[in-house]
Amino acid sequence: MKFFTRLGVLASVILGLAVPCFAEKIVIEGSTTVLPISQRAAEVFMDSHAGADIAVRGGGSGVGIASLIDGTVDIANASRAMKDAEVQKTVDKGRTPKANVVAMDGICVIVNHSNGVSALTKKQIRDIYTGKVSNWKDVGGSDAKIVVISRDSSSGTFEAFGELALDKEKVRADALLQASNQAVASTVAQTPDAIGYVGLGYVTSSVKALDVDGVKASRETVLNGRYPISRPLFMYTNGQPKGLTKEFIDFIMSAEGQKIVEEEGFVGLK
Amino acid sequence: MKERIYRIIFTVLAFSSLIFLIGIIAILFKEGLPIFKKVGFLSFLFGRAWYPTHSPPEFGILPLIAASAWVTAGAVLVCVPLGVGSALCLHELFSEKQRAVLKPVIEILASIPSVVYGFFGMMIVTPFLQNVFHLQTGLCALNASLVLGVMAVPTVCSLSEDALSFVPKSFREASYAVGADRWQTLTRVVLPAAGSGISTAVILGMSRAIGETMTVLMVAGGAAVIPHSFLEPVRPMTAAIAAEMGEAPMASDHYHALFAIAMVLFLITFFFNIVAEIVSRRFRIKLGLSG
Repeated sequence: MKFFTRLGVLASVILGLAVPCFAEKIVIEGSTTVLPISQRAAEVFMDSHAGADIAVRGGGSGVGIASLIDGTVDIANASRAMKDAEVQKTVDKGRTPKANVVAMDGICVIVNHSNGVSALTKKQIRDIYTGKVSNWKDVGGSDAKIVVISRDSSSGTFEAFGELALDKEKVRADALLQASNQAVASTVAQTPDAIGYVGLGYVTSSVKALDVDGVKASRETVLNGRYPISRPLFMYTNGQPKGLTKEFIDFIMSAEGQKIVEEEGFVGLK
Repeated sequence: MKERIYRIIFTVLAFSSLIFLIGIIAILFKEGLPIFKKVGFLSFLFGRAWYPTHSPPEFGILPLIAASAWVTAGAVLVCVPLGVGSALCLHELFSEKQRAVLKPVIEILASIPSVVYGFFGMMIVTPFLQNVFHLQTGLCALNASLVLGVMAVPTVCSLSEDALSFVPKSFREASYAVGADRWQTLTRVVLPAAGSGISTAVILGMSRAIGETMTVLMVAGGAAVIPHSFLEPVRPMTAAIAAEMGEAPMASDHYHALFAIAMVLFLITFFFNIVAEIVSRRFRIKLGLSG
C-alpha cells in the first residue's frame, strides 16, 4: 500500500513538473448526497478546462463544513444548512460562509397502482417505516399487511429519507432493503401491498406517487419547498466564490451543470 | 540452463496464487479485526440487530448468518436431487454419445452470469411464488434457494459424475457375478463406493451457494431479520457486503464491520473446503486410487 502511495506521489511530482505551474487546484469535500453531482460535474468540467484540477471527497456534510471552517477546502458540500455555531466558528476564523444552493433533493413515497391509498401524512409515513403501523387499514386502505421497502442503509437516499421523513428513527428491521432506486420502483410495481420511496427523478408510470401532507410531489412543489420530503443541497464557499471556484459553481448552475444534477436523480433549479 | 529458467518461471507462477491467497487473508483480517475494539466478538456474531448507519450503530450479524444458512440449506435441497440425479442418469442410463451432448449442456448452466440468474429470479420466480403461495412479496429465502440451487447444479452434477466414473468396473462386475440386479448394484455397491465423492460434490456446491452474491442481492429481499420460514425476506452476508461496501466511508466502523463479515464468510467456506478435501481423500483411499 505504502509503495503505491509513494509511486502515486512520484507520479504526481513528475506530472506536476511536466504541466506548467499555472494549473489551478480546488478541493471539494462533504456530503455523500451531493458527492455524485460534484464528482460528475468535476469530471465534465475538467474535460473542457485543461489545467483545472478539482479534487472531490465525501466524508459527510459535517466533515466538509469543518474543513471549510479550517480553510482546508474551497467548497464544502452539504445536504443541510450550516448551523449557527458553525457559521460563528467560520466568522471567528475571519471567513464568511456563503451558501450556494445547487440542486433540490425530493423523495417520493410510492405504492402499487392497486393500492387504494393515494395520500398519507408525514406522521403516517413515519409510523409505517418505524413499525408502529403495519396494516394498510390503519391508514385508510384495505386490510392487508404493509410490505415496507427501503433503500440500503448506507445510500444517500436512505439518509435523506431518514432525516426528512423519519426524524432519524430506525426503520423497522423486517423492511426489504433494495440496492437502487430502480430496484425499489420495480419491487413496488410487482408487490400489491408495498410502500417504497425513490428520488423524484425515478418515479415512473409503473408506480403511484403519494401526496404527502396533502401536497403532490412534483418539480414545482419540491422547488418551492412545499413538498415536505424535500431539501436544498448546498455548496458552501468562503465568501463570494472567486477564480476557479467561481467558474466551477457557475458551471453547476449552467444548463449543462443542471442537466448533470437531473441525471444524478436530483431536481435541477431551472 | 534453459530448463532451469523455465522451472523458476513456472514455480513463481504456481506460487502466485498462494501469494494472492495470503494477501487476501491478510487484508481481510487487517480491515476486519478493528471492529472488535468497538463491538465484542460474541455480540458481533450473535447480535440480533444490524443497523450499521444508525446513531448509535448496532453491529449484530446473526440475522445475516441465519439468512445465509437458510438460503444455502434450501439451495442444497434443490441442487442435490437435481445434480446427483442427473449425474446418475448421465452415468447409468445414457450411452457415451448421449452423455457427450448432455454433459456440456449442463455445464453451460455454470457459464451463465449470476446477474442473469438474478434477473430471472426477479422477473419470473418472484411473481410465480407470489401467486402460488399467496405471498405479499416473492422476494424471499425460497426464491434465493431455488435460483442458487439451479446455479449449483453444474458443480454438483459434474463432480458427482466424476465420482461415479472413478468406481472401478470390477466392483460392478463382481456385483453382477453374485447375481445382483442393476438396481441392487447401483444402490448397494456403486453409490456407497462413490458416496464420499458425491459428498465432496455437495459440499463444494454449498460453498458455491453460500458465497454467491449478485443473485441473492437481487432476489432474497434484503430484510435483516432472523427468518422463521423460507417464505420470508432475508439478507444474506454476501448481499449485505455488496450492497453496503460502496457507500461505507473508508476506515469507519461500518467499513470494518463489513470486512469482519467477509472474514466470517471466508472462515465458513474455508471450513467447507477443508471438509470436502478430507472427505475426497478418504474416497480415493477407499477406492485404492491414491494416498
